[in-house]
Order: sequence, then C-alpha cells, then structure tokens
Amino acid sequence: MLMTRWEPLAELGRLSREMERMFSRDGGSLGHLLGANAFPALNVWEDAEQLYVEAELPGFELEDLEIYVTGNHLTIKGQRNAPKHEGGTWHRQERSYGAFSRSFELPSDIDGDRVNARFHDGVLRIELPKSEAVRPKRIEVQRS
Amino acid sequence: MSTAVTQNAPIGDQAAKPDLTDGNRAGKQAQCFLPRFDIWEGDDAWVLYGHLPGVSSEHLDVQFEDHRLTIHGKVAHHQDSRTLWYGEYGVGDFQRSFTVGESVDAAKISAELKNGVLTVRLPKQERAKARRIEIQAH
Repeated sequence: MLMTRWEPLAELGRLSREMERMFSRDGGSLGHLLGANAFPALNVWEDAEQLYVEAELPGFELEDLEIYVTGNHLTIKGQRNAPKHEGGTWHRQERSYGAFSRSFELPSDIDGDRVNARFHDGVLRIELPKSEAVRPKRIEVQRS
Repeated sequence: MSTAVTQNAPIGDQAAKPDLTDGNRAGKQAQCFLPRFDIWEGDDAWVLYGHLPGVSSEHLDVQFEDHRLTIHGKVAHHQDSRTLWYGEYGVGDFQRSFTVGESVDAAKISAELKNGVLTVRLPKQERAKARRIEIQAH
C-alpha cells in the first residue's frame, strides 16, 4: 500500500524555494544555475589587466573574513554571528548565520602578491591583477 | 483577562509589492530588491535587523508614518567600463515596508547602520509592556 507521509523536511524545502523565489536576485545568467546554492553569491568583472570579484557580506566584520589566492583559485572564508538577545521572541528570521567557505575558479592566473581587498558597507570588493604570463602583450611588427 | 496588552503580530509585513522586480544583470537601472529581515521582540521593544549591503547611511531613508515603517536604500551602480564575466546576483536598491501596531512609541524609534546591516529599534509604549504580577505568598 502506498503510504503518504508528511515529511517536514520536504515541506521546509518547499518553503525555502518559495523564499528563494521571493528574494530572487539571480543575474538571469548561467551564473545563477552554476552557483545556485553557493554562498556568498559572486559577481566577477574583467578587463585586460585585472579581475574584480564582489560579494555581499552584510553583518560580517573585516577581521572575520579570510581570502586566499592560489594560481587561479580564489577562496573566501568567513563567519557571521547572530545578534545576542536574552529571552524574547523571534518573529521572523530571514537572515542566516554561521561559517562559510567558498572556492572559485577564475578565468586566469592571478598575481597573488598584488591582490587588494576592501570591505565597505557590507560589500567585499577584491581586485585581482592577472599574472604577467597571461596578460596580453603587444607584439611589435618589424619591417623587413 | 490579563492586563498585559501584548498584541498578536504587531508588526505586519507588506512585502509583496508589485513594483519589486526579480533580479537582473548588475548595472541596469530602476531595480528594487526586498532586503532580508529578522524581527525580535523583547519586553521593552521590537528590534528589526535588515541586510542592506552596499547602502551607506547617506543613501538610506527610514520613514515612519501612519503606523508604517518604510526602509529604502540606494545602491550605487558601478563597474560600467568592465565586462561582467560571471554574475550570480543583481545589484539594485532595497525597499521594504512593515506595518507597526499602536503599541510602538514612534517618537523613540532609533536606527543604526553598520557593515550593511540596518538595526531599527521600536520601543514599546509603557502601556504595551507586559507586566509581571508579583504574587504574594500567605
């Protein structure tokens, strides 16, 4: 006999999908599909010299963030703590807390010594200069 | 009945506004996102915590009018000269409204913005605070 069970976790999953739709901020691009469940969401820009990575990390402190670059791999780690309250009642909790770690493959090798990261208004901005070897070089054409 | 006048659901959420659009590629104008909020209630006040990354205090507008708390944060657009290589989230302004019951002392509402987190404190009026009744033993 086919049993229909109430599955609280499935219910939660459905709720969370509803929430995701409600808060949907995906770029409408492939990125959303690839990194759908990864935290934090990343935007990556590129020009000839550098890559620019941004992530929204509201509620984090600068000292709680760690950034590592190896070759073309970027790793961001951090921890966000919940506000502390004695007693009382939480009516709504849409924000999430805890530790995260995300590794990301960049389109080119990075000069790790010159990486520059800033954290302002809860937004992390990382400037990653491309390593000398992968930067475009203009070749002088010699007259023969 | 008890004399405590703690109301049920004093803070309503008016989230589902038709002008809130789904995210799009970063860089486009006229987008508004729904910020995530936590709401905590204590004996003396409600405290709201909202995520408003990229909003600085001069671009944040918190209004309280007719029992309605409205939060609007402007986010600067940038990176125009660069090519978006990979995008997982859209960038735009944040807006959200909450209806607040009679029991909030509007004159004492305070707000603070730090590291992209907005904290709004809504103190309860004296008469709305739950009172603890001392019971005397005989």
